[in-house]
Amino acid sequence: MYKVAVLGDRDSIYGFAALGLEIYPVEDAVDGAHTLRRLAEGEYAVVYITEALAGQIEEELDKWRSRPLPAIIPIPGVSGNTGLGMRIVKKSVEQAVGSDII
Amino acid sequence: MATTHVNPTRMELTRLKKKLVTALRGHKLLKDKRDELMRQFLDLVRENKALRQKVEAALESSNRRFMLARAAMQDEALNTALLAPKQEVFLDCDTRNVMSVEIPQFTYKTRTPNQGDIFSYGFAFTSGELDEAVESLSGILPDLLRLAETEKSCQLMAAEIEKTRRRVNALEHVMIPELQENIKYITMKLDENERSTQIRLMKVKDMMLKQAHGYPDL
Repeated sequence: MYKVAVLGDRDSIYGFAALGLEIYPVEDAVDGAHTLRRLAEGEYAVVYITEALAGQIEEELDKWRSRPLPAIIPIPGVSGNTGLGMRIVKKSVEQAVGSDII
Repeated sequence: MATTHVNPTRMELTRLKKKLVTALRGHKLLKDKRDELMRQFLDLVRENKALRQKVEAALESSNRRFMLARAAMQDEALNTALLAPKQEVFLDCDTRNVMSVEIPQFTYKTRTPNQGDIFSYGFAFTSGELDEAVESLSGILPDLLRLAETEKSCQLMAAEIEKTRRRVNALEHVMIPELQENIKYITMKLDENERSTQIRLMKVKDMMLKQAHGYPDL
């Protein structure tokens, strides 16, 4: 049985606690990278991460890309949509097709 | 010309011919695999894109509501309200095999049987904005989980497609032409050997006839 975690700045993620997802507020990128690694190695199948934080630790995200679990999914935070989530979708398309056709 | 040295023998020829047959069959199979993976991937990635747009829009409006809630309430009150969540989400992860790619399938369970059981606070000391915000966020949850599922599947399939495409190309442009080249080389060499043996035999026969009967030169 797996759990779901939400990672990011506190203001963006505190609402998820009410839904029963586990929230992990982090202050900076270094802390974020550490926590992400800990969560990914733990019992979490899905880790939602705010785009603002994900943008700072993209290489950490790439490490888990080819593993079956966990799924690390960027979501927009309070600071707005940076387009990172869409960029990751486009990256998959480029990897598979060779050019961005979507 | 063949880059590697091959022995022009019949045994080698048979071996190479067998290898070529296997390579051709492998190439066909891998090509089919790639095409089917690509078809499924494109369907999935379109869904992924649509879901992401939907979820991002919904999250944005939900974030806005949370901002309002924060503005309407004191920080302490807000923190206490959300301190002890009533609900908990558990995920069950099955895998589905799509063309030998194991893609995850999530099914989720909540701790309390009623999924709408999300308000971990009494309504007396919190603002109505918070209720709305939590409510709107809970509406996104199924889509969020579905997004996680499709996005991960897309990533895994993309990696597999890339690998398969490399294999197909390696077979098509390197292995198969090389094998055909080598087979051609050996066949030509063997034919050449056969002709030279034939000529030698004819020569020997001429010489022997001449010796036996003393025919003059023609």
